Amino acid sequence: MSALLNRLAPLYAAFIYAFIYLPVGVLVLFSFQGGRFPILPFNGPSLKWYREVLADEDLVEAMINSLFVAVGSSAVAVILGFLAAYGLARYLLPARGLQRALLTAPLTVSYLVIGLGLLMLFNQLGVPRSLLTIGIGHVVLNAPLCFAILYSQMGDHQANAERAARDLGAGEWQLLCLVSVPMLAPSILASYLLSMTFSWDEFIVAFLLSRFDVTLPVEIFSMLRSGLNPKTNAAGSLVFLLTLGAVILAELFIFRRATRRGRA
Amino acid sequence: MRPTRSVSGRGWRYVSPLLLFTIFFFFVPFVFIVIMSTWSRVDGAILRTWNLDNYIAFFTTPHLRVALWNSVSITATVTVVSVLLAYPFAWFIAMRVPTRWQRLALVLAIVPFWTSYVVRSYAWLLVLAKNGMLNKTLMALHLVDAPLEIAATRIATVTGFVHFFVMLLTLTIYANLRQLSPNYARAAADLGAGPVAIFRHVILPLSLPGIVVGAFLTFVLCIGDYITPQILGGGNELVLPQVIMLQIGRRADFPTAASLSVILMCVVTLAYLASARWLKLERA
Repeated sequence: MSALLNRLAPLYAAFIYAFIYLPVGVLVLFSFQGGRFPILPFNGPSLKWYREVLADEDLVEAMINSLFVAVGSSAVAVILGFLAAYGLARYLLPARGLQRALLTAPLTVSYLVIGLGLLMLFNQLGVPRSLLTIGIGHVVLNAPLCFAILYSQMGDHQANAERAARDLGAGEWQLLCLVSVPMLAPSILASYLLSMTFSWDEFIVAFLLSRFDVTLPVEIFSMLRSGLNPKTNAAGSLVFLLTLGAVILAELFIFRRATRRGRA
Repeated sequence: MRPTRSVSGRGWRYVSPLLLFTIFFFFVPFVFIVIMSTWSRVDGAILRTWNLDNYIAFFTTPHLRVALWNSVSITATVTVVSVLLAYPFAWFIAMRVPTRWQRLALVLAIVPFWTSYVVRSYAWLLVLAKNGMLNKTLMALHLVDAPLEIAATRIATVTGFVHFFVMLLTLTIYANLRQLSPNYARAAADLGAGPVAIFRHVILPLSLPGIVVGAFLTFVLCIGDYITPQILGGGNELVLPQVIMLQIGRRADFPTAASLSVILMCVVTLAYLASARWLKLERA
């Protein structure tokens, strides 16, 4: 029984790996397709669909919009989340449990419902849909996450350093910029990058709250109307490569270094 | 983590920006959805009188009830299949892979996470479509005579979902298994339990709370999702989020969309209560 299990377990793991990689493999393979359809037989490799993607102004513009929304909304989400975490962790405020529950409540509701509520609110107020409304939507989704991460990282040793700085005459602003933020820098950066990846990939809120300027997932979704198309494969592979590259760079240059410094 | 200062006036300055933002852009829209769900849309205008017509309509209109049923049954299938596939895989990484390779094994298992969400469903379409990879391969091997109709059915939706949640659950179950002290298994072995008995009576019960948390997460993310059923399942068997999007897009019927959203949130709340109750019973 045990011997059988030992033999079967690696086979099973290989099967799951194959299942996980199957769609990505097919996606990337047929992005190099020579013909007009991303189906067997494969007649490539050809880079013509990548040339078409880079020549597609709507797609490139959507990519820039996405980057813009991700950078901006994540910055706002981290700042709001950090300030709230700092206030709740360092000051005795009434109803702290309730406040924490209120601030993290958006994490428990479907993105679709959050997007629908914002769409109705903006319609009622006569606010036109734009990149700004998408950005506000993404702050609603990501600020609670940043708050939760940063609140969990507000430890006692930082509080002691802050007390020492205060005794030495640091003002409120100096304390925040010179002591609290630098001490939490790795967590702040981590929550910023996490928000960025979520915003970069978010579809439904961006779809509901956009009109003329769309983000990348919304643009790719509208490309799907043309059915199976190697150009969509090329666009998808390119986005995958960009995201993966950014994740690897972040891991190598930011987190590796942070942990090494933490250990030293 | 005790607060060090009791000057609450200053504290409010830090908390209020996010608090006000959340109230204005989350709670106000939320209340607005609930109010909107009691209004109705008559001849293209929204009639602002309180009534429960939308909810009555939900329970008397077959295609809306069917959408809820599709949502719940697809989500339940996805949750069960994902847990069953991910658990042995996570177990293999946690128990059989040498410790120094575990991190790599885990990272390799989640690389496809970084494909865009919309692209991931499209990639499954490449595999499952009538002239896609799977059918071409099966026909070349003479395993089937005619292409299988998988795309635009619930099998395609479930496959797309399971792919994503197997990655997610592998992470959560792995983390849970790593927390278990190997001493429990050793003690059971000393007392004469075989590997199967150790798994059934020691490892599995200890890792159940982690499974329940992961299953709840799967349930919530799956039942609210629009993209996967829309791209892979198509229009034959609509799920609740697809019906909500149809109300907004085609007919601008916000009251109906709002009432369906409230029903969706009720289902999620029920799932939450069920898993919380289960966890509490387990701990007691």
